[in-house]
Amino acid sequence: MRWLSDRTVAHLRRVAEWPDLGDTKYRVLEELGSGGMGTVYLAEDRVLGRRVALKVVGPGAASPEIAARTLREARIIARLEHPGIVPVHDAGTLPDGRMFYAMKRVDGRRLDELAPRVSLPERLRLFQRVCETVAFAHAHGVLHRDLKPENVMVGSFGEVLVLDWGVAKLLELPEAGAPRDRGPTTPAATAAGTVMGTLAYMAPEQAEGLADRVGVVSDVYALGAILYFLLTLRPPFEGEAALARARGASAAPPLMVNERAPSTPRPLAAIAARAMAADPASRYASAEELATEVARHLDGEPVSAYRENAREKAARFFARYRTAILLIATYLVMRSLILIFLGR
Amino acid sequence: MAPDTGIGGPGGERFPATRHSAVLAAQSEDLVERERGFAILVETYWKPVYKYLRARFGKSNEDAKDLTQGFFTRALEKDFFAAYDPGKGSFRTYLRVCLDRFVANEKKAAGRAKRSPGTALLPLDFESAEGELMRQEPPDHQTLEQYFHAEWVRSLFALAVEKLREECALRGKDLPYLLFERYELDRDPDEKLTYERLAGEFGIPSTQVTNFLAFARREFRRIVLEKLREITASDHEFREEARSLLGVSQ
Repeated sequence: MRWLSDRTVAHLRRVAEWPDLGDTKYRVLEELGSGGMGTVYLAEDRVLGRRVALKVVGPGAASPEIAARTLREARIIARLEHPGIVPVHDAGTLPDGRMFYAMKRVDGRRLDELAPRVSLPERLRLFQRVCETVAFAHAHGVLHRDLKPENVMVGSFGEVLVLDWGVAKLLELPEAGAPRDRGPTTPAATAAGTVMGTLAYMAPEQAEGLADRVGVVSDVYALGAILYFLLTLRPPFEGEAALARARGASAAPPLMVNERAPSTPRPLAAIAARAMAADPASRYASAEELATEVARHLDGEPVSAYRENAREKAARFFARYRTAILLIATYLVMRSLILIFLGR
Repeated sequence: MAPDTGIGGPGGERFPATRHSAVLAAQSEDLVERERGFAILVETYWKPVYKYLRARFGKSNEDAKDLTQGFFTRALEKDFFAAYDPGKGSFRTYLRVCLDRFVANEKKAAGRAKRSPGTALLPLDFESAEGELMRQEPPDHQTLEQYFHAEWVRSLFALAVEKLREECALRGKDLPYLLFERYELDRDPDEKLTYERLAGEFGIPSTQVTNFLAFARREFRRIVLEKLREITASDHEFREEARSLLGVSQ
């Protein structure tokens, strides 16, 4: 009989944790990854003959509360039919008692892995797509609450998908015609004092566990933090700074984008700063507004978050109309030369 | 939704109950049944017992061998296991407490003959257990209970791996076992072994690697749960042990 090292024993524990799919139509093929709420497996749907991603609540986390949350997550995703959200095919309870849901399998790269390999304009275009997806979710009454680059997948065909809706919150949408509420909304499943999400990207009101103050603009803050990452390639808060936020010991803002990445265009740094304003009322009112602001910058237009001086205005004007300006300048120079030549 | 989402699920009916509990068998009036149960318990527990005596009581290998033999033979002669009450805790804990008492009694009776003349020795491979101890990290930061539990898990998994190998061989499925061995048991932690590379090593398509590994993992899990069912006395104890065994890494 062979000897098993501590590492092998620990690994075999994970192997033995594989879900018992019993008489379901799925067959587990391999583990894709695991997180606090459960493990995602590559599985085969034997009826339709296709491969799916199967999220299963881990046995250690198998409490009625977490099972209920997993089912809620599946239902939330199922109601969000959008190209930026992975569709859910099925959900239920496995024969061994664990909750699961099956979703489309996505091949691609996480945004945090991809970002250093692509240009800034490309990163900004990806960011716009994330904002559009989050705006769609908000419009359907869903807050994500754990937005971060690790939860964004860029597929092999360029599709941008927002993943992990495990701590999402359902909002009560305002009546049609009623004024749009920027801030807190009726909590659906989170008690005050509970911190859910990832501290490095989390809005202050969320990090402090003020669940009743978490709203659309809390997701806007997280989007601003993602933009911050895309500009600097580092999270806004790291190590001790993130822990200090968790303890409530620090409400300090992150280092300015330009301090970390001096070559970043100032309007973009200002957009990130406004999205991440400590005061929720000072942020963009919606993910859509944030996306529009980034689009304006990409189109060479002024952004509301940044007041340009005359030189910057001129530079932006030149950059935006470079071709036309060069053509006119060339025409004027040529015309002058011809007139000089003919005048001789 | 069922309120109980723990291992085993509602009623635990999906878990293997193909073999009788060895713990209950060891308490049987029927001698044959009792010996069958006893043999299974010895198979599972002798290494954890030996290592526990060596690592935690600092016994020499000769003393640990004698005490291990003595403990199990005494357990059989005196029906130690008949007094186990599943309502009061796991059999694993009960056995460890019995062992502690046995060692304490042996200490008091030091100098006495260690085994009664004529007592049959159990065929235990102490050399292998000693070799394992040499390869393992010293258990510095574990309590007695944690150490014994860790060795029990190691023994259980080692038996399950052996059973998987035997079953695969019997069913002509050597390749799935070899893939399992290469990928799950022998892989270096720093080695980036992909299914494609494994397919190249074994000369099969990578889809077959996926399927064979999935098969071997499913079988391994089934065997572990079967074994667990075998060495627990009640459904409750089985579910608790399964929860503890399969839930720790989360």
